[in-house]
Amino acid sequence: MAKRKFLGLLGFGTGVFAGSVLYRRSTGRRRDRVDVYFDDGSMMSFVEGSPEAEKLLPVAQDVLSAARR
Amino acid sequence: MDAVQALADLTEISSQIEAAVLFDDQGTVVGSTLSGAQAAEAFARSAAELLENTAAFRSTDAHLTQLEASTQNGSVFVVRDGSHLIAATTGPSPTVGLVFYDLKSCLRGAAADEVQPAKPKPRPRRKKEPVDGEA
Repeated sequence: MAKRKFLGLLGFGTGVFAGSVLYRRSTGRRRDRVDVYFDDGSMMSFVEGSPEAEKLLPVAQDVLSAARR
Repeated sequence: MDAVQALADLTEISSQIEAAVLFDDQGTVVGSTLSGAQAAEAFARSAAELLENTAAFRSTDAHLTQLEASTQNGSVFVVRDGSHLIAATTGPSPTVGLVFYDLKSCLRGAAADEVQPAKPKPRPRRKKEPVDGEA
């Protein structure tokens, strides 16, 4: 009886955890970023909040506005 | 294939691309999907500025070949192949690999026009000289 109750609680807990992960994934805001690729195969990613991204993202916004004008 | 044809093919193939401009490393616009020349120049200028600012952050001698700036309003792509460049914009969350592939194909198609060597002119046929004793 106790084992059944434990399994039920475990299942409920797992379901709540999985649901919260899915909810956060679907509603969570993706962070702006700039991904840069080089000819030697290396790649750098500047995520919103980094000093590099703070300089590059406004320019990217300018490109978007220039294209949609 | 010229730049106009390459861009027409690009917009036909990729529904994700909203606008694209082909330009060289001097900033000269070769072709664009935008209607006005001024808009195309402004687009190319901003894309070149983005590329220049990004290249300033490199820590090695490697050259920048492509970049994607992803924002909530949409994404900006820039691809470089030697002195030829293409910049494009898409909506938010595009299929990045596919867009890069299409942009590279477009760039290659536009550049192929310049690379193709002109067909050599056919040499004029020589008249057969009469052999001694003939005629």
